[in-house]
Amino acid sequence: MTRDGLDNPRAETGTGMGTDSTAFPPGTFRPAPGRAKAARMLLAQTRTEISLTLRHPEQTLLTLLIPLVLLVGLSTLELGMLTPPRVDSVAPRILALAVMSTAFTGQAIALGFDRRYGVIKRLTATALPRWVLIAGRVLAALSVVALQTVVLSATAFALGWHPSPSGALPGVLVLVLGTLAFGAGGVLVGGALRAEIVLAVANTIWFLLLMGGGLAVPARHLPGPMTAVADYLPSGALARALTACTVGDTVPVSSLFVLLGWGVLAGALAVRTTRVS
Amino acid sequence: MEPDADRAAVRAQGLSKRLGGNLAVADVDLSLDRGEVLALLGPNGAGKTTTVEICEGFLRPDDGRVRVLGTDPFTQGHRLRPRIGVMPQGGGAYPGVRAGEMLRLLASCCATPLDPEWLLATLGLSEVRSTPYKRLSGGQQQRLSLACALVGRPELVFLDEPTAGMDAHARNLVWELITALRSDGVGVLLTTHVMEEAETLADRVVIVDHGRVLAAGTPTELTSGEERGRELRFTSRPALDLEPLLAALPEGCSAWESRPGQYLLRGDIDPQTISTVTAWCARHGVLADELRLGRRTLEDVFLDLTGRELRS
Repeated sequence: MTRDGLDNPRAETGTGMGTDSTAFPPGTFRPAPGRAKAARMLLAQTRTEISLTLRHPEQTLLTLLIPLVLLVGLSTLELGMLTPPRVDSVAPRILALAVMSTAFTGQAIALGFDRRYGVIKRLTATALPRWVLIAGRVLAALSVVALQTVVLSATAFALGWHPSPSGALPGVLVLVLGTLAFGAGGVLVGGALRAEIVLAVANTIWFLLLMGGGLAVPARHLPGPMTAVADYLPSGALARALTACTVGDTVPVSSLFVLLGWGVLAGALAVRTTRVS
Repeated sequence: MEPDADRAAVRAQGLSKRLGGNLAVADVDLSLDRGEVLALLGPNGAGKTTTVEICEGFLRPDDGRVRVLGTDPFTQGHRLRPRIGVMPQGGGAYPGVRAGEMLRLLASCCATPLDPEWLLATLGLSEVRSTPYKRLSGGQQQRLSLACALVGRPELVFLDEPTAGMDAHARNLVWELITALRSDGVGVLLTTHVMEEAETLADRVVIVDHGRVLAAGTPTELTSGEERGRELRFTSRPALDLEPLLAALPEGCSAWESRPGQYLLRGDIDPQTISTVTAWCARHGVLADELRLGRRTLEDVFLDLTGRELRS
């Protein structure tokens, strides 16, 4: 099939809009498709996700400012609930809050809006394999949690925090497990609902888990039945595991199972319910 | 392997897709080779995007068979996607991402991408490379989306309403790009409701409405047809008596008032026909305003096929 009888559009459309000549030499668009190396794609995807998170003002409020204010406030204000040095009790709970904010609420909201704006569909329409898309988001969440941990720990040290050095390694592993478990929950909420509803649901759950899990007020000070529930919430379990690490105790296995259970449950559901748009 | 497998870009037979209780696509056939431009032309809601999304592997057809670059797009998407470029309708970028950042992200997924800076410059986006996507104008978002579709040097591109929201300059540029893609051997499947776009660019046009193919062929095939393609239009006083004119016209020529005051002649129109028309006008003491001799346009074919009522 040829089109020789028809007008050449270039002849009648002038020089286009660029400052340079927009005539395209033959071969400019000669096909040469192919996928980049996986490591390169993963790095690019992770870097983009991290910079988008850090650049977003509401995300920064959620992931850094609120935990910082709570850390400083709860450590320095005399509320009569904690024996000094209060920061020893507050710091691990605030680290749990930071994980929850980034991996659950932040991830859910970002995913909800990315879906709304067709980003996920756009990215799946490229050479980017699905696993890189997911791994990129996971690595970005882990990187942001690492950054939060550094900032919050440094602040806590300045406030007189004395964690047990032997708890550092288990602490990091617990933070990773917590990020993955909350991340699965974030994908579950952000991957299935409309963006506005994601916003409402993710923030509500964040607040309920913050209070119910004993992150702001220690679980033992919560009203009777809620104290028992706290250990079975992912936030309560993460706070308990991190607290054990920072005081040099063995990490309670039950807390790890609670985190793992929530993560697997949310992940299994998310695989079924997550939609690209 | 089909005999024409190495030339074939898209082969679809009998595609049907039901969406939310409506038959969005009904028994659609498509055939596109590399180095060809196929335009899916139809009004809003005709099923163009659904058809394209089936070819891109986003939707599984309820019925029919589709092969894109020799693969089943739905089940072998992981093999197909690196080879195609997709420009979805209405953008598709992180709201906070900077224009250059988005393009570089997609470029880094490709083995031998086009230079992102060159693409930005070509599409007039260099000055907004650091502007967040949500602050770009509609036309800039469209141009970025086109750049994202092209950056991986694809064998086949799907452009869903590529010039929607663009000004005349940008539209001309996109037309040049599509022409260059075609001559470099890239297959182009584009959807449009801009007649001129289909007429100027496409090797083949498929007119769809209510999910069905109403007509398919080259623009020339579609605009010629029974009436030999020529028509004479003019405007004048409404409700002129056409009987004497029809009597004076040679056989094989028809004339009617298409809208009050708008007259249309089709058939074997020669210089004598024009003289007959002006003589008839003189007898009525009226002028043949905007007298225009032309080919039947794709727009005429389109409107004849899809009906002239305005839809929501």
